[in-house]
This record gives sequence, C-alpha cells and structure tokens, in this order.
Amino acid sequence: MRFVNRHPGSGSRLLLMLLPFILFLAVYFFGSATRLAQNPDDKLLPSAAQMADAIDRVAFTEDRRSGEYILWSDTAASLVRLGAGLGIAACAGLALGVVTGVFPFLRAGISPFLAVVSMIPPLAILPILFIVFGLDELSKVALIVIGVTPVLARDLEQRAREIPRELLVKAQTLGANSWTLVLRVMLPQLCARLLVSLRLMLGSAWLFLISAEAISATAGLGYRIFLVRRYLAMDTILPYVAWITLLAWLMDFLLRQISRRCFPWSEGALT
Amino acid sequence: MQKNRPFRWIALFAACLFAVSSPLAQAQARKNFNVCWTIYAGWVPWGYIDTSGIIGKWGKKYGINIRVTQINDVGEALNQYTAGKFDACTMTNMDALIVPVAGGVDTTALIAGSYSDGGDGVVVKGKGKTLKDLKGMNVYLPELTVSHYLLARGLETVGLRERDIKVVNTSDADLVAAYATGNVRAVVAWNPQLMALKSRPDTMEIFSSRQIPGEIIDIMVANTRVLKDNPALGKALTGAWYETMALMKAGNVDALEAMAKSSGTNLAGYRAQLENTRLFHNPQDNLAFITSPDLVKTMRRVAQFSFEKGLLGEGAKNAEAIGMAFPGGVVLGDKKRILFRVDDTFVRMAIRGAL
Repeated sequence: MRFVNRHPGSGSRLLLMLLPFILFLAVYFFGSATRLAQNPDDKLLPSAAQMADAIDRVAFTEDRRSGEYILWSDTAASLVRLGAGLGIAACAGLALGVVTGVFPFLRAGISPFLAVVSMIPPLAILPILFIVFGLDELSKVALIVIGVTPVLARDLEQRAREIPRELLVKAQTLGANSWTLVLRVMLPQLCARLLVSLRLMLGSAWLFLISAEAISATAGLGYRIFLVRRYLAMDTILPYVAWITLLAWLMDFLLRQISRRCFPWSEGALT
Repeated sequence: MQKNRPFRWIALFAACLFAVSSPLAQAQARKNFNVCWTIYAGWVPWGYIDTSGIIGKWGKKYGINIRVTQINDVGEALNQYTAGKFDACTMTNMDALIVPVAGGVDTTALIAGSYSDGGDGVVVKGKGKTLKDLKGMNVYLPELTVSHYLLARGLETVGLRERDIKVVNTSDADLVAAYATGNVRAVVAWNPQLMALKSRPDTMEIFSSRQIPGEIIDIMVANTRVLKDNPALGKALTGAWYETMALMKAGNVDALEAMAKSSGTNLAGYRAQLENTRLFHNPQDNLAFITSPDLVKTMRRVAQFSFEKGLLGEGAKNAEAIGMAFPGGVVLGDKKRILFRVDDTFVRMAIRGAL
C-alpha cells in the first residue's frame, strides 16, 4: 500500500501524538540533569523540582512585598489587557471589513490605506504610541488593537468579496436594500470568519501584549518574565511560558467551541 | 527504506543531547578565550583594546588568543557569561552578585576599573524638588538594576521606604521616550540616557551616584576556575587594561576618539560621560580602592539590598548566604560558600611591573 494511503490506528495515533512531546521533555531533562550535576546552582535549565518550587512560590504563596499571589494577579492583569485589545480589534475589524467588503465607494477610500497601515510594524513606532496613549493600560491595549485590527479588517474584506455574487443578487431580487443586505447576508457570513481570523491572530496578540508589558508595567505575565530574566530565573520563566501556552490554547479552544455552537454550517466549525 | 527512520530519529536525538551537553566540556589549560563587554563609559576602553590590537599583543606575550565581543544587551551579556559562553565579562558589582554568583558561578573581580560618580541619577520634572517629593509618586526605572539600588539608597537618606512610592518597571532603552509623556514625572536612569534626560527643560536631578561614591562599580570579572587554570588570561587582560588607561590619562586623541565613536557620541560627549565615571588611571589607585574597608561595606549593602529583593536565590536564608572574599583574607558572609572574590594579585603584578 502506498504511504499516502496508510492511516494510523487509534493506538499508534496516540503514540505518534505523544512521541514529540516525550522526546522534547527527555532532551530537556537530560540537559538539565547534566548541567545541575556540574553546578547545583545552575539557573539556565532548572529541574522539575526547582520549577515546582517556583510554581508553589508564585501561585500558592503570598508575595512578601505586595501580599498578592503573583501568578494570579499577573494573569488577571494580562487577560484584561488581552481581552480588551482583542474585543476592540474584533469590533473595529468587523466593521471595517463589512463596509470595505460591501460598499465599493468606501472600499476605494479605505482599503488601500488599510493595506499600507497593516504593514507598519507597531513596535517600531512605540515612542509615538507612548506619547499619544501614555504609559498606562491604554497604551498596552492600543498596541494590541493597532497590531491586530488592520489584519482582521483586510482578511474580512477579502472574505466578503469571496461571497458568491449570486447570493447578493438573489437577496436584492427578494427586495433587500443595502442595510438588510449587510445585516442578513454579510454579517452572519463574516462573523463566522471573524472567529477563524481571531484564532489565527491570537499568537500575534500575545506577542504584542508581552512586548508592551516588557516595556513598562507593574504587573502582567510579560512583565514578570522580563523582570526575572534579569537574574536568569528560568525556574520561574519556564512555568510562565507553559502557562501562557495553555491560556492561548484554551482561548483557541473556546473560540472553536463558539464557532461550532453559533455557526455550525461554517468551515470554522470543522477545523 | 522506512526501516531507517527510527535510526535517523535516534541519531537526531543523540545529536540534540550532544548539542545540549557539549558546552560543559571541562576547562583546563587552554589557548583560546572569549571575553565580552557592553556599552558604558567605563567599559568602552575594551572596544579600543580589541580594535587597536593591544589585546592581540598581550595575548601573544602569554601565548594565548583572546577574542573580545561586544554584546548589545547588558542582561544578555550577564546570562551568556553565567551560562559559560564567556570566560570573562564586564558587569557592575550588583549584577555580578545577583546573576552569575547567585547562579553558583564562582566569579573573580579581576579589574574594578571605575565606579559611577554621577553616571546614575534620579530625575524629576519641576523646580526646587527634593527626594522627599517622591512620596506617593510613580517612579519609572528598570527594576532590579543599579538604578533600583540607587533609588533605595536615596530614599533611605530622607527616611522614606520603597513602599512610600510606586516603582514602574521600564526598559532602559525606553526611558527617554517614557519621560516625554505627560504623566511620567520621575525616572531613574544611567548614562547616556541620564544626560539626554538632564538636558530637557524643567527637569532637575535630585539624587545621583555622586552622593554614594564607590558603590556602583564597573568591573571586568572572570570565571574563577578558568582564571585559576589559566593565570595567563588574567595577566593579559590586566596588562592590556593598564596600557590603555595610560593612553587615556595622557589624553591620546586617537584612543579617546575611537572610544567616543563606539559609545555613539563625539569626543566632547565622551569626555562629559567620563566626568561622571571615576576611572582608575593607574594600578596604585585601583589597589587602594579594592583593599579599602569601604568596599566590604559596599558589598554588604548590595548583598542586603539583593537579599531583600529575593535575588540571592531561594536557598538564601539571609544576606550572608553567599561568601565574598576580599584582599588580605577578609571574608564577608558564608566562609564555606565563597563565590565572589576580589583579587589583587594581578593589580599588584601591574604595580611591580611584573606583567
């Protein structure tokens, strides 16, 4: 049988799924054990026990200075910023995507500008963002919004233009005006796509969030990582990275569930 | 053909293991050494020592080869040295204590070349302000660095504590831009950012390292084990350093201009930075500094500050958890766990002309 036609059974599928993870962990812990055997105070590749200690310290012990449980207060700060940023970006992106996708006049005015703006690396113009939005929460949310919105808008515009022309003609034949066309045809289609785009943009959103927190903050997951990086506390950084990965994966999972629940007919529900 | 697959995986796996463990290859007497430095007024001479060929000359004298690398990020330089990629590197006394030493890397202060004498400062907007006015304010600074230490020392002098203010962690590269925004009223910075901040209108410096002379020290440190196995490294670096110091003292324009250029300014700008950096131009001054009891007092302070911030490692029960050895057999902290050594062997050799 040709290799392309051979499918793994459920047992070997599980094994194949776990294999890269096991290999990855094995390489890590072997390296960690070798380094620690040489120098028990080595900080670069901490052992599982050291990381467990660090997790206990940040997640289940009150911080001496602030009296807070650091991991949870950092997570709350970061999720509020990320939620606000993504929420605003989703609304703005959807609105821009719909108007540029549906109305040729607006598309002519907005679309080329968006194409240019989406190419500006937001991190390169940070000093300007600071001066416009200040150094507080607003600038961190703004960085996510500025980074994510143009890409979302362009993707949605493209999707709007891929909607079969026949569908629009049919709706108009049935008496739809511009407004009902947007409301009854475009919006449902684009909302489904918006969830897919958002899932793809999650990585970028986290990147912007962590960059913003690295530059100036008093709490947040990115703040903590960049703060303890100064003294190479990898025993704290690695659990934080794992936690961020888990949170991002959960957000992705949640968006997929929403897709399934609300738009079972769309492709976003499948993947 | 498919049969080969597992072997390929195993080979790859083995290669990864090897790649992870190979940097640990033991150091004995060696010929090649790696040294790093980062941008700061007191360290740019290392750039000149490299490009002018002075280091090559001294290396040849002792039959070794020293590669000098400039690293752009101070934190990255510390991490690379700690991980063992470099045998020697420039850092401040506090950074040396909280990164390599707290990380168990036995480290020797080879050349304490200079200290900050106004090169770090607390700057606020307004007129007629003092440190007391910081109470209740947000202060923007790179947390857990010498800036943080400077602020803590300053607050102490007016009876304030860190909890009376709010520290906002800000990357040193972004401090100048941050200061330009309306709601940032107080920052702590070092040169060259400090100079840029002080030149802004309606701004005053309320505390600087000039008020705590000799506490923020710019050192060339070396891995103690490597240095012990290879005294030639210490001799070559020390010899090259004092040769360059002599050039600087004599006002050698070539040397100074090269240093000015590598710190991104002109001769006048570099001279202005040097005003805030107390360089030891000869080994005699340097010896006096490292053998003075004030140095022990400073390191006790720095260890106490680092301990309070949780930077000496979780195993540390108090500020004495790490042993520090000073010239003349003076030991601070745990005698059984000496990880930081101030060494006067090579400076004395320089004085005797034995290099």
